[in-house]
Amino acid sequence: MSLDFSVVPDYFGILWTGILWTVLITVLAGGISILVGIAIAVATLYGPRLLAFPLRGVVFLFMGTPLLLQLYLFYYGLSQIGIMLPAFWTGVVGLGLHYAAYNADIFRASLQAVDPGQAEASRSLGFSRSATLRFFVLPQAMLTALPQVGNNSIILLKDTAVLSVLGIAELVLNAQRAISETYRPFEFYFTAAILYYIVNLAMEFLLRKAARKAEAIR
Amino acid sequence: MNTQTPMIDVRQIRKAYGVHEVLKGIDLSVNKGKIVSIIGPSGSGKSTLLRSINMLEDVSSGEIWLDGKQVNRPLKGRQFENHINHIRQEMGMVFQQFNLFPHLTVLQNIMIGPIRLRKLNRAEALDRAQTLLSKVGLSDKGNAYPARLSGGQKQRVAIARALAMQPKVMLFDEATSALDPELVEEVNQVMKQLAAEHMTMLIVTHEMRFAAEVSDQVIFMDGGVVIEQGAPKDVLSNPVEERTRAFLRKHLSH
Repeated sequence: MSLDFSVVPDYFGILWTGILWTVLITVLAGGISILVGIAIAVATLYGPRLLAFPLRGVVFLFMGTPLLLQLYLFYYGLSQIGIMLPAFWTGVVGLGLHYAAYNADIFRASLQAVDPGQAEASRSLGFSRSATLRFFVLPQAMLTALPQVGNNSIILLKDTAVLSVLGIAELVLNAQRAISETYRPFEFYFTAAILYYIVNLAMEFLLRKAARKAEAIR
Repeated sequence: MNTQTPMIDVRQIRKAYGVHEVLKGIDLSVNKGKIVSIIGPSGSGKSTLLRSINMLEDVSSGEIWLDGKQVNRPLKGRQFENHINHIRQEMGMVFQQFNLFPHLTVLQNIMIGPIRLRKLNRAEALDRAQTLLSKVGLSDKGNAYPARLSGGQKQRVAIARALAMQPKVMLFDEATSALDPELVEEVNQVMKQLAAEHMTMLIVTHEMRFAAEVSDQVIFMDGGVVIEQGAPKDVLSNPVEERTRAFLRKHLSH
């Protein structure tokens, strides 16, 4: 059987829908991974020990176990004990939390790397601890963290494919649907790969632009 | 007989890191509009003393007063936070390493305190910032980020940032020590201008000539104690104490 890409355009609609969902999931899960990542970093660095210690444990748990397993556990595991979560949000939140654990480590290191003189200058003006963090330390830490968090976001984009196992109609699942009708796995998986790659390139372009801007300030 | 309340009044402050005592009972007062310079070898405790006055360093014992208000009031937790945040607004601090906020432009660096803490609106804060920028001779740098400035320019912006809070006193912690020699003068000029406007200033410096020129009083510290203090012409030209003489011999020879 030879390759025949001519069937692909017929399924453009379903692939397009798939890539849109993939981008949407990336944006939502990426947002969660950054916000929760910052929250965890701040809590483990400046929060009370009673909170910081168990939180570190949870972070290691998230980093030390496979994403796929975490999703199975949240979706199928929890449903067994009566907690039925919608597939879409289980996927988005699960993916977001998984990467929040990685981002938390980066934000932690970036917060610690901010020159202590910055906090001193802020405190000497009369800013409170929390205002110092909010206006001066955190923004600078975010600039430092940008390249690595950006890389994580690109890996996150690729990991949205894992959400297909929950029946979320992102790009891989929609490609599989097209394959089940046409029996042409190569053509559709290949096309899907190219679509991922294009989104990836766009993200990298934006990231590089942002990084260059951040570099000019530092 | 001088009966006015000193602007800065430090009474018997002590500070120890473990068993090592870096401030061994310091007394110091600065009257309104006066300029006091603290000199001494590195490790003498002069920077620690200055930083203690706005409690960037806490002290083991003693009292610190600013314009009749106790700085190190024995408060706990949030109460102390609120107290110190308010009292710090009255004290401008200038650091050796400038510590400008690199993610903010020059104008934003100067405006953020007045806007967030003094509750000025943007227009008022901008107006104040521009006035101060022209005072330190940097009107054209308002929209630049600190990374684009020379050390001397950074320090002048840092002075403007501190002045924007309209503090009662200014504390200078070796403001020119990190600068290339040719940039020292532009910062000294700004400080002299402040002196001419009768700003109350406490200056930690190792520039004897500058201290002699601007100070009403010079304090020589060594080993965590005040060895000698008085008018600059006495302390710097006619020191009584042998340790002061030895220090000055070393520092005036070059």
